Amino acid sequence: MAALNNLTEHLEAFVDVTRSPTHHAESLKAIATSLEKGVLSINQLVVEMDMYLTTTDDVVRARGSILLLAEMLDYLKSKPLDNAVVHSLIGFFTAKLAEWRSVRGALSGCLALIKRKGVAGVVTAVDAEAVAKSMAQSIQVQSLALYDRKLCFELLECLLEQYPEAMINLGDLMVYATCEAIDGEKDPPCLMIAFHVVELLARLFPSPSGPVASEASDLFEFISCYFPLHYTHTKGDEASIPREDLSRGLSLAISSTPFFEPYAIPLLLEKLSASLPVAKVDSLKCLKDCAVNYGVSRMKKHYKDLWPALKDALYASTKTDLSFGLESLTSPGFEMGEIHREAVNLLQRLVKQDISFLGLVVEDIRVNMVFDTISRYLRYEEMLDTSKLEVLVVSQILSVSARSSVESCNIIFETFFSRLMNTLGIVEKTSPGDLVHNENSTVSTRLYHGGLHLCIELLTASKDLIPSSEECTSTPESAQQSWCSIVNRFSASLIEAFTSAVQSSNDDCSADAYLGVKGLLAMGMFRGGSSPVSRSEFEKILTTLTSIIAANSAKTVKWELALKALVCMGSFIDRYSESEKAMSYMAIVVENLVSLVRSSHCSLPHPMILEATSEVCSTMPTYVEKMVEGFEEAFCSSFSDFCVSLGPMTLDRKVFTIVSVSISNKQGIESFLISNYYLENTCQVNGNFKSIENCSQLLECVTNKLLPRLTEIDGLEKSLVNFAISMWNQIESSIVFSYDFNGREFVEAAMKTMGEIVGVASVDSQNSIIQKAYNVISSSTLPAMESIPLTVAALEGLQRNLSTRDELILSLFASVIIGASPKASIPDVKSLVDLFLVSFLKGYIRAAQALGSMINKLVTGSGGTNISTDCSLEEACDIIFHESDSSKTICGSETFLGKICLGFCGSLDLQTRAITGLAWIGKGLLMRGDKRVNEIALVLMECLKSTNSSGNALHPSAMKHAADAFLTLMSDSEVCLNRKFHAVIRPLYKQRFFSITVPILESLIVNSQTPLSRTMLHVALAHVVSNVPVTVILDNTKKLLSVILEGLSVLSVDSVHKETLFSLLLVLSGTLTDIKGQQSVSDNAHRIIECLVKLTSYPHLMVVRETAIQCLATLLELPHGRIYPFRREVLQAVTKALDDPKRRVREEAIKCRQAWTSISSRSTPF
Amino acid sequence: MNWRITPASSSSIKLLSLPLIELRQSRYFYFSLENLLVVCVRGKRMVSGLINENPTVYERKERRVRTDSTNTDEFSVEPIDQLEIFDILFFDFAIVNIHHIRDIRDPEHPYSLEQLKVLTEDSVEVDDHKSYVRVTFTPTVEHCSMATIIGLSVRVKLMRSLPPRYKIDIRVAPGSHATEAALNKQLNDKERVAAALENPNLVEMVDECLSPSFE
Repeated sequence: MAALNNLTEHLEAFVDVTRSPTHHAESLKAIATSLEKGVLSINQLVVEMDMYLTTTDDVVRARGSILLLAEMLDYLKSKPLDNAVVHSLIGFFTAKLAEWRSVRGALSGCLALIKRKGVAGVVTAVDAEAVAKSMAQSIQVQSLALYDRKLCFELLECLLEQYPEAMINLGDLMVYATCEAIDGEKDPPCLMIAFHVVELLARLFPSPSGPVASEASDLFEFISCYFPLHYTHTKGDEASIPREDLSRGLSLAISSTPFFEPYAIPLLLEKLSASLPVAKVDSLKCLKDCAVNYGVSRMKKHYKDLWPALKDALYASTKTDLSFGLESLTSPGFEMGEIHREAVNLLQRLVKQDISFLGLVVEDIRVNMVFDTISRYLRYEEMLDTSKLEVLVVSQILSVSARSSVESCNIIFETFFSRLMNTLGIVEKTSPGDLVHNENSTVSTRLYHGGLHLCIELLTASKDLIPSSEECTSTPESAQQSWCSIVNRFSASLIEAFTSAVQSSNDDCSADAYLGVKGLLAMGMFRGGSSPVSRSEFEKILTTLTSIIAANSAKTVKWELALKALVCMGSFIDRYSESEKAMSYMAIVVENLVSLVRSSHCSLPHPMILEATSEVCSTMPTYVEKMVEGFEEAFCSSFSDFCVSLGPMTLDRKVFTIVSVSISNKQGIESFLISNYYLENTCQVNGNFKSIENCSQLLECVTNKLLPRLTEIDGLEKSLVNFAISMWNQIESSIVFSYDFNGREFVEAAMKTMGEIVGVASVDSQNSIIQKAYNVISSSTLPAMESIPLTVAALEGLQRNLSTRDELILSLFASVIIGASPKASIPDVKSLVDLFLVSFLKGYIRAAQALGSMINKLVTGSGGTNISTDCSLEEACDIIFHESDSSKTICGSETFLGKICLGFCGSLDLQTRAITGLAWIGKGLLMRGDKRVNEIALVLMECLKSTNSSGNALHPSAMKHAADAFLTLMSDSEVCLNRKFHAVIRPLYKQRFFSITVPILESLIVNSQTPLSRTMLHVALAHVVSNVPVTVILDNTKKLLSVILEGLSVLSVDSVHKETLFSLLLVLSGTLTDIKGQQSVSDNAHRIIECLVKLTSYPHLMVVRETAIQCLATLLELPHGRIYPFRREVLQAVTKALDDPKRRVREEAIKCRQAWTSISSRSTPF
Repeated sequence: MNWRITPASSSSIKLLSLPLIELRQSRYFYFSLENLLVVCVRGKRMVSGLINENPTVYERKERRVRTDSTNTDEFSVEPIDQLEIFDILFFDFAIVNIHHIRDIRDPEHPYSLEQLKVLTEDSVEVDDHKSYVRVTFTPTVEHCSMATIIGLSVRVKLMRSLPPRYKIDIRVAPGSHATEAALNKQLNDKERVAAALENPNLVEMVDECLSPSFE
C-alpha cells in the first residue's frame, strides 16, 4: 500500500511540468526501482496511471504519462516481461503514434520495446509490422522537433535491423517512408542514422525488381543532395558528429546498392572535377566504395570517364619538389596530400578489381610520352616543372598499378620495363652469371634521373608482391615468373648502374647518390627464395654500400644515405627472418665494420665508425653480440696501448718485488706509495694519445648509443655486462698507466659507462660485476688505505696522491657502488666504508658520492634477515662518525667528522673536503628519510656561523662549501642517488628538510654577526628554497617573502652568487603570479618593487635582468591602488633598461614600459 | 588638401560641427591636426573619396632571421640595429590599422604597413654610437592624408621603445608625397609633435594604431 501511495506522489511529481528535470529524474528512478524489485507490476502501474493516460489535458497525458511509461520501459530493458504485456503495450504505443501531442512518448515507447532482447519478452513480427505501418502513415517526420526526428530515425533503423522479414512484407511502404523522412533533414546526428537506414534498406531489397530498385532514382536524389558534405555551423556543437564520420556514412549509403550506379558515378565524377578540395577527397573516397560495391560489370561502363578524371586528380595534387634527403629514402620522397592519397587508393582498387582497367593506363598517351621526357634531361634539377610533374605522376601511376596485383605487375613490367632499360642504356644479361661487355655496358649507361626514379618506383612496388614463404606454395609459379624473370635478366646491370650512380656522385649534388643508394636499397629488399636478385648480387649490393661507408673520411650525404640503407636492409632481414641473407649481412657488413672498430688505424674518423657500427648492428641481436665483442676487443687493444700489461710483459723484477714487499708490509704506507710512484716513472711506455682518445670515444658510444636502446634489443644487457667485466679484467692485468694528456676524459667516460651499465643490469649481473671489481680492488694497493687510522695526524700525513691506476680503480669501483641496486650484495662493507671515507677526505668526491649511495641503500639493522650485506646502516654510520663507544648522539658536531668540519682540527683542505663529503652522506640519509640527517644539517649550519663554538673564526672557503652543501642536499643529482641508480627515495623528503631547516636558517640570519656569515646563510637558504616544489613555497609565501627579498638584495652584491640569485628570483616570480601568494605580495608590493627595480640593472647575468623586468610587468595584475604610487620609479628603471646591452632585455623592457605607461594617465604618452 | 566628404547615407557625415562623442557613436570620427583633416571610416560602408581605393599589396618579404641568437657571452654588447628597430615597429605594431584606407571585407585581416611597403627594413637607418635613428616611409599615394598619422605613430612607438638618448628622425620618402616638405617639418618639429600629443583625441588615435601591442 505504501508503495502505491508513493507511486501517486512520484507520478504527480513527474507529470508536473513546473518541477525541475532533476525532480523528474528522481521520481522516475524511484518508480523504476520498485518495478524492478517486483514490488510493483506493470499492470498495477498502468491501472494506477489510468487517470493520467486518459485525461483530456493534453500536456499531462502526453508529457506525463505516456512519456513516463516509455521511459520506464527503457529502464526495464533487461527485466523479463510477459509477452501479453508487451503485446498490449506495443499496441497502445502504436495507436498513440497517430496523436501528435503524445508522439514523443509513443516513439520512445516503441523504441524501448523494439530494442528488447530475446529473453526479456519481445515484440512479435506482426506487432512490429503494425508499428512500421502506423509510423509510415501517421508521422510527418520533418514536421517534428529535432529530438523526435532522431527517435523516428532510430525507430526505423531498429525495425529494419531486427525485423527484416516483416519489413520485406511492407515493401514499398518502407522505402516511401524513408524517402519522406530524409527529405530536407539537416541535423548531423539524424543524418547519420538516416544514411544507415538507406544502407539497411538497400541490403533488405537486393532484387532488381524490388522497391529499392524501382525507387532508386528518388532515393538517390534525397541522399545525393548532401554530397559533398559541408558543415555551415562548425562551432558550438561538441556533441555533434565529426564531418569525417558523417561523410563516411554518406559514402556507404551511396555505394550501398548497385541500383544507384547510373546516378552516382556521373555525380561523383562531376564533383571530382570541382575545385573544392573537400569535394575531391570525398568523391575519391566514395568512388572507391562504389567500385567495391557496384561490381566490375557496372563500373566498366564508366572507365572511359573515370580514367581521365583520376589522372587529372593525380596531376593536380602532385607537387614537383622531389626531396633527395635522408628522410625520404624509405618514403616516396614527395609530399602526399589527402587528395593524392585517395586518388592512389582508388587507382589501386580499380586495377586490383579489374585488370582491363590497366589497358587504359597502358595505352594512355601521356604515360607513353614519359620516356621521351626522361631521355631529354640528364639531371632532375634541369627539368622543367611540367616535365618533373610528368615523371613523378607517371611513375606514381605505374608503380601503384604494379603494386595492385601480380597480374598487373606482369603487364606493367612487360610493357614498360624493357623500354625503360633501353632508354637508360642498361643491357640485360645474356647468360646467367656473367655480364657481356662489362665495361661497355657501364659506359653506355645513361643515368637519367627521371628514368632512375621511375625504375626505383617500379622495383619498390614490385617487391611487395613477392609472397612470403608460406604463401609461396599456393601461388602458381607461372603467375609471378614473368616480372621476376624480367627483373632477374636486368638485375646485374641494374646494380651496376646504381653503383656507378653512387660512385659518380660528388658532394655538391646529392641526387646521384640518393638515387643510386635508393636503387640499391630497392634491389636489396626483395624477399624470399624466389627473389629475382640472386645471393651473389645481394652480396654485391652489401659490399658496395659497406665500401662507401668505409671509404669516406668525412660525414657526407652519401655516407649517411649508405648507412641508412644498410640499417633498413638489416631490419628488413630481421623482420622477415631471412637466414641466408642474414649470413651474408653478417659476413659482409657486420664483420667489416667491427673489424674497422678493432683496427685503430683507418681513414675513417673513429666516432663515425662507431656510429655506423652501432646503427647497423642494433638491427639484430646476433649482430649486437658480435659488435659488443668487437668493442671489447677494441677497448682492450687500445687500453693496452697506453698501459703496461702484467701478463705477457716481464717487468723489472726488482720493482715488482718492492711493490709486493710493500703490499705485504702494510705499515710502510709511505714507502709503498713511493715505490708505486717509482714504478710508474721507470716504465717508459709510449702512451698513445690516439688510442686513449679512441677508448673514451668507444665508451661514449656505448653510453650514448647502446644503453638508451637497451629495452629494444634483446640480449644487449648480457653483452654489456660482459663488456664491463672485461673492462675490469683489462684493468686488473695492467699495472701501470701512462696517461696525462687525455687521461681525465678517459676516466670520466669510463666512470660514466661503468655506472650506467651497472645501473641497468639485473641484480645478478650487478653482483657479478661487484664481485669482480672487489677482487680487483683487493688485489690493488688500495686496501692499505682502509687501515689508516682516522686521526688528523694520519690523514694529514697522507700527502701524496694515489697512483693513476689506483685512482682509476677507485673511481670505477665508486661508480659500480653508485649504480648498484639496494638488493645487490656488496662484500666487506665495513672496510669499503673505511676506504671511501679515507679517500674522500683525500679529495676524491666520487668516493663521497659512493659512500652516500651506500648509506642510502644499506638495510637497517632492525630489518632482520638480509642476504645482501654483512653490515647494517647503524654499523656503517658508527664507522663513519666514529662515535660508537662514547656518547648517544651519533653524528652530531661531537663526532670526529663534525670536528673536522667545524675546523677544530686539521687543515683547511681537510675541512672543506669533509664538508663536501658530509653533504653527500647527508643526501644519502635524507633521501631515505633517516633522522640522522638533522644532525648533519645542524653541523653544516654551525659551519655557516662566523665563529664556531670555541670562538675560532671559520674560514670563508669552508663557509662557502657549507653553503653549497645545501645545494648538494636538495638538488637532484645527475651522477648519483637518483632513480636511474636505484636510490631509495622517500616521498616528500625535500619538504621535510625544508620544514626543518628553514626556521633555523631564518633565526640564524637574524642573529648573524658578520656580513659574510649572513651572505652564506642566505645562499644556503636560497638553495633550500629554490629546490623545494613550488607548492610548498606558495603555502608559506607570507613567511618567506621578506626573507627571499632580503636574500635577493644580499646576493646581488657579489657576482659569485649570480646563479643562486637567479634561482631565487625564479622562486619569487612563481609566487607573484599565483593566487595563493597574491595577498602577501600585495602587502609587500613596495619592497618587491624596490628589489626588482634594483635587479633590472644587475650587471652580471642577463637572465636576471630579463626576469626582473618580466616580474615587474606581472605586478600590474595587483590592485591598481597598490601599484600606482610606484609608477614613476618603475618607469624610470625600465626606461634605463631600454638601453640595456642585451637585446632580449630591451625587448622585455619595451613590453613592460608599454604596460606600465598604460596605467598612467592618458595625457602623458611617454 | 583636396578633400571632400560626401554623405553615404542619412546617418553619416555632414555633421562636422557635431560634438565628438556623437560622431563616434555614428561610427565616424575625426580630428584635426593643425590644417589637416583626417576622417576615419570604420565598418563596411564607405564614404566616397577614399584616400587610396585600391592599394597595391606586396608580398611580405621573408624575414631576416637573427643568426647570433645563441650568443652565450654574458658581457658582449648587442647594439641596437636596423632589424631591431624594424622588429619594434612590426612585432608589436604589426597590424597598424590601415583599414581606413580601403574597404576591407574582413576587418580582422587588414593590410599591414609592411605589406603595403609603407615601411621596409631598408628604410630604417640606425647608428647606435651616435644615438641616431631615421625612418623613411613611403605613403601609398601622393595625397595620403594618413601620412601624418602614420609618421606620428612611428615616432611615438620609437619614443616609447628606444632609450632617451636617441634622436629620432622621421621622413617621408622623397617624391612620394605632395606636401613632403611640410610633412617632414611637421613630423620633426618638437613643439608641434608635443602639441599634437596633448590633444587627447589624437593620442587616442595613435594608441589605437599601436593597439596590438597591448593584446
